[in-house]
Amino acid sequence: MSERTLFAAQRLSALLLGPLVLVHLALILYAVQDGLTASEILSRTRGSAGWAFFYGLFVLAAAVHAPIGLRNVLAEWTPLPPRAAGILAALFAALLLVLGARAVLAVVVPA
Amino acid sequence: MHAPAPKTLAPKTLAPKTLAPKTLKVRIWRGREEGSFCSYEVPARDNQTVLDVVTEVQRRHEPALAYRFACRVGVCGSCAMTVNGVPRWTCRTHVAKVAEAGAITIEPLRNMPRIKDLACDMRGFFDKWQKAGGRFSGTATRAEPPAKVDPANPRRRAADAAIECINCAVCYSACDVVSWNEAYLGPAALNRAWTVVNDERHALRRTTLDLATGEGGCGNCHTQGSCMRHCPVGISPTESIAGLKRMSLLSFLVRDRDAAEAPAGARAEAEEAPA
Ligand code: SF4
Ligand code: SF4
Ligand code: FES
Repeated sequence: MSERTLFAAQRLSALLLGPLVLVHLALILYAVQDGLTASEILSRTRGSAGWAFFYGLFVLAAAVHAPIGLRNVLAEWTPLPPRAAGILAALFAALLLVLGARAVLAVVVPA
Repeated sequence: MHAPAPKTLAPKTLAPKTLAPKTLKVRIWRGREEGSFCSYEVPARDNQTVLDVVTEVQRRHEPALAYRFACRVGVCGSCAMTVNGVPRWTCRTHVAKVAEAGAITIEPLRNMPRIKDLACDMRGFFDKWQKAGGRFSGTATRAEPPAKVDPANPRRRAADAAIECINCAVCYSACDVVSWNEAYLGPAALNRAWTVVNDERHALRRTTLDLATGEGGCGNCHTQGSCMRHCPVGISPTESIAGLKRMSLLSFLVRDRDAAEAPAGARAEAEEAPA
């Protein structure tokens, strides 16, 4: 992938992540303040296409955004050649995708 | 005019001044990557520039001292050195402004291989101007009348704000990203690319934008602003690079027809141009 595509992907995913993170934080505050139990939360998320979409997008955006930044950090701060930094970052992206998908599935798939 | 003072008094009152002139302690880097600082003392003078000091050391103490200068008035960009840890144009830096406790330390610029003493190899720096697509390629022939460029046009204003660069490499020396990443094109080359992508007479605006956004391009800049802080002529490469980032992101979303109009022939020519 060209530097230019990566640059654009990182900025555009940041654009997405901005509002997603805000909603996510607001949601946490709401759940904590209202003292929702885990089962109450799960009863709202399970089977909800809306929450599946919201957190699915969140995971995707994070899995695009973070590894590109990590790649830059590795390239600048370690003696790794750019290719190796790219491979490590791609592995990190895969890890984020797998962990994220697992978490989303766990809360949205009906029991 | 007053009558001259009686002869017998004059030597007494003048003696302390002429016998003990103020001196300036100068440490200058000698050698290449391997080397050491040598110390010299030169008379402190009014309105003395750092370049004057280096010249004085070379004329009076160290004829083999290597350094660069040409215009001595801040136009040619050849005299930049690191003075007390800060990159500066030495011909327009007054000693009084930078000396710390009557001493100055002078080294070559950072981020370029040292050749000898205060001179460094600037080839990499200049090659990057080409790599960033900074070479102007006109759309008109000699026979055509000069293009009418509206000075109030926002693109022209953006180019004008960045155009007065004297190629001194002070910003390149100040930039940490250059020191971390060998491939980074650096503030001066990207600043140059920004002037040509905003020049409506430039045939290869799309090519320049692609080069300035590609490997080692504007995406690497941390917007930390050292370049802007140290540029002696007051340019802000930081702002130019931010402009490139914005333009590249926009052109990624909307193919900018205006910039994409480079004729195929001109594009090939640019690709053939020596890097
Ligand atoms: S703003 Fe960018 S180009 Fe300028 S010194 Fe910082 S990283 Fe380097
Ligand atoms: S931008 Fe400023 S500091 Fe950088 S090379 Fe040009 S004149 Fe020198
Ligand atoms: S000697 Fe020309 S800029 Fe200093």
